[in-house]
Amino acid sequence: MTSTNKLLLEAKGITKYFGTITALENVNLKVHEGECLGVVGDNGAGKSTLMKVLSGLYKPSAGALFFEGKEHVLDSPKDSQNLGLEMVYQDLALAGNLPIGENIFLGREPTKNIGFLKFLDFKKIQEMTSAHLEKLKINVKSADQKVEELSGGQRQAVAIARSTAFNAKVVIMDEPTAALAIKEVGKVLDLINKLKSTGVGVIVISHRMDDIFTVCDRVMALFQGTNFAESQLDKTSRDEVIGWIMGKK
Amino acid sequence: MKSLVGLWEKNKMDDRGKKQDTLYVKLIPYFEKYGILLLLVIMILVMHILQPDVFLSWRNVTNVFKQISWQSMLALGVFMVIVTAGIDLSVGSIMMLSLMILAIVAKAGAPWFIVVLVPLFAGFLCGLINGLGITFLRMPHPFIMTLGTLYIFRGTGNLISGGTPISGFTDEVRYLGHGRIDLTWLGLEKSQYLPVSLVLIAVVYFVFWVFLNHSRTGKWIYAIGGNPSAARASGINVNKILIIVYSLCGFLSGIGALILAGRTDSGYPNAGLQSELDAIAACIIGGASFFGGRGTVLGVFAGVMIMGILRNGLNLMDVSSFWQQVLIGSIIVLAVYVDVLRRDFGTRK
Repeated sequence: MTSTNKLLLEAKGITKYFGTITALENVNLKVHEGECLGVVGDNGAGKSTLMKVLSGLYKPSAGALFFEGKEHVLDSPKDSQNLGLEMVYQDLALAGNLPIGENIFLGREPTKNIGFLKFLDFKKIQEMTSAHLEKLKINVKSADQKVEELSGGQRQAVAIARSTAFNAKVVIMDEPTAALAIKEVGKVLDLINKLKSTGVGVIVISHRMDDIFTVCDRVMALFQGTNFAESQLDKTSRDEVIGWIMGKK
Repeated sequence: MKSLVGLWEKNKMDDRGKKQDTLYVKLIPYFEKYGILLLLVIMILVMHILQPDVFLSWRNVTNVFKQISWQSMLALGVFMVIVTAGIDLSVGSIMMLSLMILAIVAKAGAPWFIVVLVPLFAGFLCGLINGLGITFLRMPHPFIMTLGTLYIFRGTGNLISGGTPISGFTDEVRYLGHGRIDLTWLGLEKSQYLPVSLVLIAVVYFVFWVFLNHSRTGKWIYAIGGNPSAARASGINVNKILIIVYSLCGFLSGIGALILAGRTDSGYPNAGLQSELDAIAACIIGGASFFGGRGTVLGVFAGVMIMGILRNGLNLMDVSSFWQQVLIGSIIVLAVYVDVLRRDFGTRK
């Protein structure tokens, strides 16, 4: 579960400016197959910006992204999805007015095409949703239930189901346990371990040391938009990582 | 993993197990879907009881449909925009400008099929301008862009026509708004015809129902209204969809102009004045949410019908138009309040 595994995603020298503000400066990041990388840092350290660059939502001002050894320029989240790179957002990025199934396949719905017209294949959406939820052992009343009717934990499960519906190779999770009841945190961490065991590379952004030390293999800290420190998990301690977040080595 | 399943099973039981047994809760989804139709039926019954001889007569019913024909096009366009959590204040002006262009082209002696296509194209272009302004000029809210174009389009319509009415179109041009489908072959009398505009409403509403509920683009329109950042994160090109929506809204206003040209046989400066507010009112009465993502084509149709029937019925009873304004306003507030109550019962807190 270390660098001997195949390298999936590598970011080199990522820099991002917003006007005169430097959000990221020369940041590097690597994720291997079946590995979980924890990214920590204080508010404003650049974690979310980095993840948005990786998912194609922001274009980096400088730097390059390599996926399975090849350089790629991401113009939109669609490009990163096509590479097998998925994001689970902190605000869950689900449309509450749509049913579970349509959320899972949003933007990639199976369609029946008549000429240039694309009609939704509702039956297929339903079948694929049931099969996928079954695979991840996620239980909901029905795939037709609207997301706004679900609990926080169920929504997080739908969000993770969404990210893994299309054979993702790397899944990026932004504060995956932040909105959950304590009871539900363990279940989501189980789900992350399950993803790792299937060879998926996982990046977890979290404030919770418990999360990091339960699922991650490696941890890196951002401080004021730069790489501050990085270590294998077994070679560091909670106190040291908390120090990194505050900018102390 | 197993206890995870158990946890949610238990949640399901606690929150829903009891509720599921009551008929009341089972009926909520149907009420949510068809409640507005119920209101429509009640209104028709009340009007029928108040005006038993006239209200449901062939002549009056077709009259109602002819009266709502062009408003129904504007309402449908505005509805799509409202689903994306936007607003289009310029539909009345788009219709007026399209109508004026139609009138000028007709007066210039263009063949009828050009005259018929011109307002559709003009409406589409106006909508496109709205869409491009909202996305590329990054207007903070569609309200501002379309408030601007509300003035711009009407002003342009007055500039090109000199602010005077232009009358007199050929029968082909007037067909959609004024045409009659003869039903004497069904054994009906000559006066019992079907207005072409009624058929047009049915066809357009059906096409847009299919578009919004069964096409992928239609689903994305709802997704954008539900959570725009979710739509963006899903790889949906939100700006492109918004431009399509505003363009289609303009296109429907163009159809409205064509119908109005047929009905009035004239392009006139006051056409569609304040009709954007009627269109918004119909959507709101029909259950569309201003916050986006909610509402149905059937609901909008019911909203348009309710406003049309109310106006028609009150006219039949010789009620002053001032009272009509008060009543329509009250119905908007009442319809939305019923919606608020329904949501209190219907969704999980």
